[in-house]
Amino acid sequence: MSKQRIVVVGNGMVGHKFIDTIIGTDESKYEVITFSEESRLAYDRVQLSYFFSGKTAEDLALTDAAYYEENGIKFVLNDKVVDLDFDNRNVITASGRVESYDKLVLATGSYPFVPPIPGNDQEHCHVYRTIDDLEAITQSGETSKTGVVIGGGLLGLEAGNALVNLGVETHIVEFAPRLMAVQLDDGGGALLKRKIEGLGVHVHTEKATTEIVAGTTSRYRMNFADGSHLETDMIIFSAGIRPQDELARKTGIPIGERGGIVINNHCETGVEDVYAIGECALWENFIFGLVAPGYQMAKVAAAHMHGDSDSEFTGADMSTKLKLLGIDVASIGEVHGKTPGAQSYTYHDEIEQVYKRLIVSADGTKMVGAVLVGDVEAYGTLLQLKLNDMKLPANPSVLILPSSGGEEAAGMGVDALPDTAAICSCFDVSKGDIKNAVVAGCCSMGELKASTKATTGCGGCSALAKQVLDNELSNLGFEVKKDICEHFAYSRQELADIIRVKKIKTFSALLAECGSGIGCEICKPAVASILASYWNAYVLEDEHIGLQDTNDNYLGNMQKDGTYSVVPRIPGGEITPDGLIVIGQVAKEFDLYTKITGGARVDLFGAQLHELPAIWKKLVDAGFETGHAYGKSLRTVKSCVGSTWCRYGLKNSIGFAIDLENRYKGLRSPHKVKFGVSGCTRECAEAQGKDFGLIATDSGWNLYVGGNGGMRPRHGDLFASDLSDEQLRTYVDRIYMFYIRTADRLQRTSVWLENMEGGIEYLREVVINDSLNIATELEAEMETNIENYQCEWKTTIEDPEKLKRFKHYINSTEADTGLAFKVEREQRFPASKKEILIKELS
Amino acid sequence: MEAKSNDTTWTDICPLNDLTPDAGICALFNQQQVAIFLCKQSNSVYAVDNFDPFGEANVLSRGIIGSTADITYVASPLYKQRFNLVTGECLDSEEHKLKTFNVRIENDHIQLKEAS
Repeated sequence: MSKQRIVVVGNGMVGHKFIDTIIGTDESKYEVITFSEESRLAYDRVQLSYFFSGKTAEDLALTDAAYYEENGIKFVLNDKVVDLDFDNRNVITASGRVESYDKLVLATGSYPFVPPIPGNDQEHCHVYRTIDDLEAITQSGETSKTGVVIGGGLLGLEAGNALVNLGVETHIVEFAPRLMAVQLDDGGGALLKRKIEGLGVHVHTEKATTEIVAGTTSRYRMNFADGSHLETDMIIFSAGIRPQDELARKTGIPIGERGGIVINNHCETGVEDVYAIGECALWENFIFGLVAPGYQMAKVAAAHMHGDSDSEFTGADMSTKLKLLGIDVASIGEVHGKTPGAQSYTYHDEIEQVYKRLIVSADGTKMVGAVLVGDVEAYGTLLQLKLNDMKLPANPSVLILPSSGGEEAAGMGVDALPDTAAICSCFDVSKGDIKNAVVAGCCSMGELKASTKATTGCGGCSALAKQVLDNELSNLGFEVKKDICEHFAYSRQELADIIRVKKIKTFSALLAECGSGIGCEICKPAVASILASYWNAYVLEDEHIGLQDTNDNYLGNMQKDGTYSVVPRIPGGEITPDGLIVIGQVAKEFDLYTKITGGARVDLFGAQLHELPAIWKKLVDAGFETGHAYGKSLRTVKSCVGSTWCRYGLKNSIGFAIDLENRYKGLRSPHKVKFGVSGCTRECAEAQGKDFGLIATDSGWNLYVGGNGGMRPRHGDLFASDLSDEQLRTYVDRIYMFYIRTADRLQRTSVWLENMEGGIEYLREVVINDSLNIATELEAEMETNIENYQCEWKTTIEDPEKLKRFKHYINSTEADTGLAFKVEREQRFPASKKEILIKELS
Repeated sequence: MEAKSNDTTWTDICPLNDLTPDAGICALFNQQQVAIFLCKQSNSVYAVDNFDPFGEANVLSRGIIGSTADITYVASPLYKQRFNLVTGECLDSEEHKLKTFNVRIENDHIQLKEAS
């Protein structure tokens, strides 16, 4: 049998999804060729805005030529299909190319609607759809002070974000009386407007632009129907999309009254063997402008071609949850009062700027829709209620009211969800799938991710997935054993409690109290860290030496050849020229490899054990302190210069960063801890990627907790907004000590927070509302730590007894003869075995 | 500072109180690097080659000592492989075995002798 020839017109997200699905079925049966008028293969348009935060076209790519070639997919770029010949089953391109098809798929997408305003076609007027558009916008941005987005919908706000990122004064002009008119109600729209204005973006609603003319102070002037006007240097049109149905129109494929290629439940058009999918398709008089329904159509069309006529497209849920300009917004179901007799519950907190409205059926038993602005934590639960048409709890208001006292927020346990409930929509993982994974042996989030991919897409479902996992585990009667090692039948948290409550000061006392054997490389450093956290004693007391990893023991990070790194503390990354000179002189004298790190300080590598005291003597004499790069403790507080120098800085981020670094330096914790402090929402200090992230607002600090770089990057969760300096210190004191008390060994704050029952909401209860009645204790413990701070290197170099250990041999002053170095780029590096051999032979 | 020695006699290395309980030191003995450990609980001393065959560096004296069942071991500070302090065997791989030395406490001094 000869292969079926499939031609796919358009290589956007949906067109690519279709091809990907076909590849996954039975590629030997099909020959696929795809055309695109763009110069690139499919890329992620949903993430388009990340282009402005540094992502490249390659980062956004969904596929590449190699993948298509490997799977026998032919592709033609920069050549638009301009005509179809149904009789002979051919497609004809702009360049005159003719290709035959057995099945034809139209995935031509949509185009941005540009309102017919006189003057809308000038040089610095753009749309927001393709990477090329974004490149043009960036260019205009370079010569613009002010920019306007026409359209305050979802995409318009993204375009607004892009302008903010370009550093131009940003205006959003919307025709309707509120922002995101489709998804939000008046209350939600009003709060969103207020929040966006709080970010310095100007919002103009109920403005109809009548013309764009030459400006007096700026490049253009926009005149509005109400007689007012606005001057701007550039304009982005983002007033909605229209289905790209030009080809269908021209060739007579039936289209809807207001555009869109009409399709049935199998995504077939009115012409035999021609399908349409994605934003160009009109299903039951509706265009779906989101990617998820497009993907569904792609799967349905592929299945139908493959002979599966049971697979149907039956509409899609248009609920959305997203972050726009850093503001959480969500909309579920129907929110415009079109459902007869519907009633609603509204929660509006003007202080915290949170708006939540739950719309229920006339009899109050089923959910109709919901709007969430500022706090979207309830989204997961509400969406499940809606999608599964579940019965509401007796008092539905608990679903949107802030939880109190750590009780389960929604009052609806995950146990109540049906097995069909979609938990991770990115990878289509249902509650039943998780259940099966648990039965097959999954016991942790890590294993669950590996086996089902759940939570690895947008990550929005992680809390829910974790709840389902825990619920399933406990349903099966599992009790997760958390013993730290064979010497103690306790978790790190339990050991920390024992040490704190019984005031145990040494490892041997703890071993006598509740352990066995002599300990090991797992429990010893963990206990040393707890002892240091609570009593902040000098880590090199004889009692503690045998407990520490070599890094803590010799106050430096051991490198691969057994030498150590030397990292002086440079609080906030601020250093005087004299300080830099001293570091340079020391590095030069001891021939240390020198590198500036991502943590805004200078690392010196290759120091031998016996050299460490002399090196540190010089650094300490010059006023430096240890940077604790070797400890599971506070590392760095990264900062921008803030209001001291920057034109945009709202607060003195560098000053505050230095204060924080000095406050928490030396404190041992379950894992290393990093801070970031940004002086404004541009976030140059990348604070959201740190354990504790601070971002200045015009009325205080926003505090983020649980951010992380490294192997699995994670943005911190917003813990509280607009805090004063004092409030901020208090909250960080409490969170930090609570982390030290309750985290597992080597558990970063990100994982700690993810695994915390009740999540950030619970942490807020403990820290802000003191639900466990421990706030005073936590603060007192932090105070003790701060009082007991000492620079370990200063203490060490002042004690000749301690210095005895800083030599390679106990009975000789010789250096380690096993070390060998090579020189590259004028600096010293460890030489490999092979390199040593070559040198000896030559 | 190295004392003279041969295979049959014991060599003085250092006073006992140069050792920190439950931690190691490195000694130079017959042109070899020897890691010596003092375990406080059993008041015993151990001596093995200081060279870590996995990380290929002279660092074992800077590892943490521990126990599993009744075996006392040192864990390398580089990649954490564990070595039996009595036999020199690696608990995590059969490929490597450390050379061991005879070691004793005599008149409050640590003494070493080549294993026979």
